[in-house]
Amino acid sequence: MKIVAEANRSRRVFLKNGLALAAIGFASYLLKPLRALAAEWPKNAFESKKIDEALQSLFGGAQATTSASIRINAPYQAENGATVRFVATIDLPNVSTVAVLVEKNERPLVMTMNYAGAEPYISLRLKMAQTSDVYVVAKSQGKLYIAKQNIKVTVGGCG
Amino acid sequence: MAEKRTRIRTKTTDDGTTEIFVLVSHPMETGLRLDPQTQAKVPPHFIQKMTFLLNGKEVAIADLGIAVSKDPLISIRLKKTKRGDRIKVLWSDNKGDKDEAETTIGEVG
Repeated sequence: MKIVAEANRSRRVFLKNGLALAAIGFASYLLKPLRALAAEWPKNAFESKKIDEALQSLFGGAQATTSASIRINAPYQAENGATVRFVATIDLPNVSTVAVLVEKNERPLVMTMNYAGAEPYISLRLKMAQTSDVYVVAKSQGKLYIAKQNIKVTVGGCG
Repeated sequence: MAEKRTRIRTKTTDDGTTEIFVLVSHPMETGLRLDPQTQAKVPPHFIQKMTFLLNGKEVAIADLGIAVSKDPLISIRLKKTKRGDRIKVLWSDNKGDKDEAETTIGEVG
């Protein structure tokens, strides 16, 4: 009997410790997305001079798939490159991040948005130095999706 | 502060989706531009972070670069919002300057 009681006690202790560990693990799992959201401003990505470098810095080396689920609403021709209205709606599940990049700008990365409850939608006004493709890259369930639109610029906006 | 630098406006459609518009008076100086008189580079001065909160909880965080236009107008969308939901936006720039604005969904103005 005594041995059984002893065994039971150690089992209880074991379970208790196990639960405590699991709780800590779960708590850190919960905290993780918050930390990711409050991350530092991604300096390297914003200072990249090439679109590939910026994407590499933001998302690692993952390959992006062209997607029709990213809908871009922007003019095909902009008179003034200093303010080009740009809207993107992403019809993909669990979008965590969306990045907007202008290929021919000195610094291609314009803006990133990290989502924690808001709809995967982004609307802004951006500067374009010259006629260029504008890319939207969305991260959905760990995969990258990309779409682009060419915007003609009559007067550049990065002088 | 004489004038509001950060303005926030909401527009709710019948299905309960609310678009939140944020307009900030900010130079968004790139650091690449030359001063036309001195030919010296104008130092960068631009917003880097913009955080959107719904009832005190972060729902979206934007990282901004130099190619966001002067006086940024940025909007996000929230689904299933209710009248009386509190919306707050905070921003900070590369010089450590910051500001915030608040509004309530359903209020006019």
